[in-house]
Amino acid sequence: MTDVVVDESSFVRAAGRQLLLYAFLTIVGFALIMFLLDAAARLAGSNTGSTNAVDVATKSITLALAEEPPQLDSTRTTDQISGMVLGHIMEGLLRDDAQGNIVGGVAESWEMDGNGALFHLRSDASWSDGQPVTAQDFVFSWRTVVNPATASEYAFIMFFVKNGEAINQGKLPITDLGVEAIDERTLKVTFERPLTFFEKVVTFKTFLPIREDFFQQTNGRYGADADEMLYNGPFRITSWVHGASLRLDKNEHYWRRNEVRLNTIHFGYITSDANATLNFFKDGKIAQTGLSPETLSVGLEQRWNINQFQDGGVFFIEFNHRPGRLTQNLNLRKAMQLVNDPGELVNKVTKIPGYLPGSSLFPTYLDGVKDKFRREHPAPEIVPDVAAARHHLELARQELKLDKWPALTLLSGDNPISNLQAEYYQAVFKDKLGLDVKIDKQIFKQRLAKMTSGEFDLVMAGWGPDYEDLLTYGDLFASWNLNNRGRYASDEYDALVRTAQNSTDQTVRVAAFARMQELLNEDVVILPNYEKGAAYVTHKQLKGVVRRVIGSDPDYTYAWVDGAAE
Amino acid sequence: MSQVLPPLSAADLAPVAVEQVAEVLTRPSLSYWQDAWIRLKANRRALISLWIVIALLLFTLLGPLLWTVDPSLQDLDQLSQPPGVDRTAILVLPYIPWHGESLDDPKDSTTDRLHIVGAADSQAVRLRWNHDLAAVGGYRIYRNIFPIGVEQAYGLPLVMSIRETWFEDRLDLKPRPYFYTVISLNELGEQVGEAQTIEVSLQRVITIEEARKRGLIKAGASPAIGTAVEIKLHPLGTDYLGRDLLARLMHGAQVSLFIGIVAPFLYVLMGVAYGAVAGFLGGAVDGLMMRFADFVVALPFLLFMILFKIMFGIGPGESGILPMLVAMIILSWPGTARLVRGQILQIREEGYIGASRLLGAKTPYLVMRHMIPNTMGVILVTLTFAVPSAIFTEAFLSFIGMGVAPPTPSWGSMCNEGIKTMLTTPHELIFPALLISITVLAFNLLGDGLRDALDARMRSRE
Amino acid sequence: MLQYSLKRLLQGLVTVWFIATATFFAMHLVPGDPLTSDKAVTPDIRANLEAKYGLDKPLFTQYTIYLGNIVRGDFGISFTQKNREVNDIIREHFPVSATLGLLAILFAALGGVLWGALTALFRNRLPDIIIMFLVILGISVPSFVMAALAQLSLVNINSMFGVTVLPVGGWGTVAHMIAPSLVLGLGTMAYLTRLMRSSMLEIVNSDFVRTAKAKGLPATRIFSKHQLRNASLPVITVLGPAIASITTGGFVVELVFAIPGLGRYFVQAVQQLDYTVIMGTTVFYGAFLVFMVIAVDLVYGLIDPRVRLK
Repeated sequence: MTDVVVDESSFVRAAGRQLLLYAFLTIVGFALIMFLLDAAARLAGSNTGSTNAVDVATKSITLALAEEPPQLDSTRTTDQISGMVLGHIMEGLLRDDAQGNIVGGVAESWEMDGNGALFHLRSDASWSDGQPVTAQDFVFSWRTVVNPATASEYAFIMFFVKNGEAINQGKLPITDLGVEAIDERTLKVTFERPLTFFEKVVTFKTFLPIREDFFQQTNGRYGADADEMLYNGPFRITSWVHGASLRLDKNEHYWRRNEVRLNTIHFGYITSDANATLNFFKDGKIAQTGLSPETLSVGLEQRWNINQFQDGGVFFIEFNHRPGRLTQNLNLRKAMQLVNDPGELVNKVTKIPGYLPGSSLFPTYLDGVKDKFRREHPAPEIVPDVAAARHHLELARQELKLDKWPALTLLSGDNPISNLQAEYYQAVFKDKLGLDVKIDKQIFKQRLAKMTSGEFDLVMAGWGPDYEDLLTYGDLFASWNLNNRGRYASDEYDALVRTAQNSTDQTVRVAAFARMQELLNEDVVILPNYEKGAAYVTHKQLKGVVRRVIGSDPDYTYAWVDGAAE
Repeated sequence: MSQVLPPLSAADLAPVAVEQVAEVLTRPSLSYWQDAWIRLKANRRALISLWIVIALLLFTLLGPLLWTVDPSLQDLDQLSQPPGVDRTAILVLPYIPWHGESLDDPKDSTTDRLHIVGAADSQAVRLRWNHDLAAVGGYRIYRNIFPIGVEQAYGLPLVMSIRETWFEDRLDLKPRPYFYTVISLNELGEQVGEAQTIEVSLQRVITIEEARKRGLIKAGASPAIGTAVEIKLHPLGTDYLGRDLLARLMHGAQVSLFIGIVAPFLYVLMGVAYGAVAGFLGGAVDGLMMRFADFVVALPFLLFMILFKIMFGIGPGESGILPMLVAMIILSWPGTARLVRGQILQIREEGYIGASRLLGAKTPYLVMRHMIPNTMGVILVTLTFAVPSAIFTEAFLSFIGMGVAPPTPSWGSMCNEGIKTMLTTPHELIFPALLISITVLAFNLLGDGLRDALDARMRSRE
Repeated sequence: MLQYSLKRLLQGLVTVWFIATATFFAMHLVPGDPLTSDKAVTPDIRANLEAKYGLDKPLFTQYTIYLGNIVRGDFGISFTQKNREVNDIIREHFPVSATLGLLAILFAALGGVLWGALTALFRNRLPDIIIMFLVILGISVPSFVMAALAQLSLVNINSMFGVTVLPVGGWGTVAHMIAPSLVLGLGTMAYLTRLMRSSMLEIVNSDFVRTAKAKGLPATRIFSKHQLRNASLPVITVLGPAIASITTGGFVVELVFAIPGLGRYFVQAVQQLDYTVIMGTTVFYGAFLVFMVIAVDLVYGLIDPRVRLK
């Protein structure tokens, strides 16, 4: 059977020409579609704008957010991003200035003793609709926080105020809260128990004011959109395209408006991918972004202005102290303590600048009596000693009557850094102690569920401060604290925590914390890993950005654009 | 005169013996599959793919026997090393924390400008400088890997402000030159005065204990401090925790190839069976089966993976390869099923099917002998694409805790990790990605060859 | 045809109901819940939260309440985005994902058909080898690498020309759509190229093409009317589910290019165990997928007269 008559190669040529024609038509068709789409998009107006990182003429900057702020209702906010945005659009009784000192916000002056405080509000503090900020606004918002119907997760911070806890448990009406508006400009606060550091607590976002009549007329939608909020801070939200962008413009009713030197902060990109934000920065589209060890060399090569700061988080490995768990044995924990080398972890494994090798639960930036706590009471320095560690391990084995060590479980999350650490520690325990540690990788919610139910031997954990006092870390291992996932329980520790909670003498409190630090070390409650830090780059023309450990971070309310910088 | 015909006898009426000369065939009769096999063997593409597959299998099975490095051994002195790096290291004493004490070094003084104290090596760099009265806010130390130019790009701040006039740097020190800068700060944290810069080239070092543990020194030998040793060779470099890349690729091959070949094969098989039945039977049965396939596709993958993980009761840190295989199969077959069904619907109406049926062919025969071979093209393409997809799905599942547990490597998860350091140490991404590409190429060529061999229409051509 | 369509729509509704039910119970079987957070809350606060969100009721009651709500079109409020209704989330973000997805499919389909036909035509010659090599790369390089590389290249191109040739991220104008949809469509384009090539090769050798050539039909007519059209059939079969999967699988591209699409919400909702968003997006996507499949089946019946739809 011979093949067909048609010449094969001429067929191919003809077909090829046909294809070319189709390709050409396709491209033309595409261009047409693009044009139509463009017109449609302009009509819809959902343009995120192609603004540049810094615009000197209009005094505006463009930044990226890691995610859309989930909750701008200050009575229910729990996360950092919402807190950061709130720090720009709202102001509480007190605020942090550019140097980190606590100065007056809505409150012009105040008096405080161990039992309560009296705040005098300034006359020119007003809302973005022109009306003045009154003491009643604070009373309303604080009562809303402890109201059980609100179900605020941060209600516990209001427990410093008298009756806060009882109201939240439904035992008292909300009008019994220890806060009272003496008149329009005077606010009286009564504490639950003697307190010396209320100033540090009241700067927290949960204490922000909300005006009652506005809140009621939003019908449950307060904080959901730009026009469902009233602003009394340096900026207000003018446009909010969910998931895409957030635009803040200067608030002309703010009492310190003459000191605010930026006109617009435009959060033009919302993505959690660090590489993407680095690309935006490189392209000149955003004014600030973080750097990871991998992208560090890019920053150095580009001659960028790199900065570094401690963001306040303390990370550690927590042991499970529940009965029945091998890790309840002190000698086992001591063995692990003696092979823990945070210096190696920080310098060779995580390699992120700004990370300090961990040596204590209490971080370096918290104050003691006169100086930093860690200077007055240095953390015990543990020198890794493999021989001593093996000795403790052998003692533990005999105490537990084991022939062979079974595998231990290290619970880890889906965060890449904690995975890295977990793999490192797995090798360390195997190498130096001959222990078989299995890594239990869980996604966020499943990890939390396991931590709560105690299904782990070791877990990678961390803690960030709620307020600037040693107690926010100290009470973590009190036996009644639900965040004490390992269920460590010591009567001496509990007594120390109560002393720190109830005393007003800072010397007495610091002495209690010092003993707590010793106890944590002697009982090997945790294995300190590091104090978290971060490196970041800023546009050369953007100055005055404040980074904070506690409070809204980063803080652009004191920033300005310097056109002369090059 | 009339002739007398002889009378007819029985012999005359006996049937004539039939002589049949059978057609002599010029070549033996071949069945479809025999023909396909012959053509496959002759196909060049299939041969190449066969060699590649053999090479991969050797790499996976024989590799670990020849290259016996432990894939989970971490070498923190050789993090993320690209291949072909200088391997000499000097022996030193173990690290002792420095708190600014003066060491036994005549060059170390507290009044000199910025200088190095002791040796500057990959273990630690110790700096000391003279006290500056203007430094009310303390000192800030920077480190750069490029020279400080006129732009005064000091680089990375190692510490933002300290009161002491000494500093020890241990952060990610590599054996290369570094440029350190010290500036004085006023009370507002701004620079005051001139910056002091120093360049230092670091030497790679290793402690005697480490060297002994890794077998770099012969047992029993006691080399002196300062002798040079050669650190372990890593032909393909190391990963982010200093583990040998070649060993990890070999061990990872076992997981990746197993999942990457077996899973697609199984779920395509299931899809073909399901789609063929649905397409052939048609009508209500077809409708029901396809709706079920739609249902499976629409389920949220991640959620059900988590559920499977719990249902299969995979303990912490255990490698749940079999459950992962089952889960992947259960959730991936609908795509193939739909494709095959579409093809079958088309083929069912072809002329030769009707003819075959008239000739008395039964359903299984029709399906196996006529329909499925004609859908081969589409099936093979799907199979080829399923391979890399399965490898990356496995990587994703390992990431969420299902699948292989650390430190067991797999190519997909190595890619996941490698992409983070894509810009600085691309070799961590390139090598596993290359192996995945080679595997895909092999199956692509095999698919091509198979399709050429199995295509019924080409049967009489060659 | 109408009867058939109606029948399919009804079946579709049932399928969606099954999807919703399976997802609902799977979601509640997984340990953890949307209310668990890093900082543990006291039992009282926890009880308040559960009461507020109705999570303290027995499971089946929650299910019936939820079904009742869906029928009325109320998908509830997100647990993570605490002030946004799920309806709003879908309404605002789906069009973005859809645009991205459709553009990607357009690229993939047209590109796939073109490249596939090209390789079949020039089989075993240079164009075939080059395109096949690119196809192999296209499928063995994962999407997150592609997206990251693409963005990096854009940054470099922009800095090389000193002006923004194409934006490296964000959404709003057509320029924003080009790079991400190209990246998103690449994998599917590679697949369709392969598919097209395979089916073209079969057709090239088939009987009706030989007949057409023997009849003396012009080559262009044979090529476009017979070969291309028939070879495209498998491609169309794949397109339906491909549209659905691309629209949902845009997660990586949306993350890297900071695009406010629905894919991100879909994935993050599972990680955060945000019940309402998981249910809302799953039901919505399920319905979308089912609808796509029905549409494709109808189109298929129209194109290929031999396929009788019952």
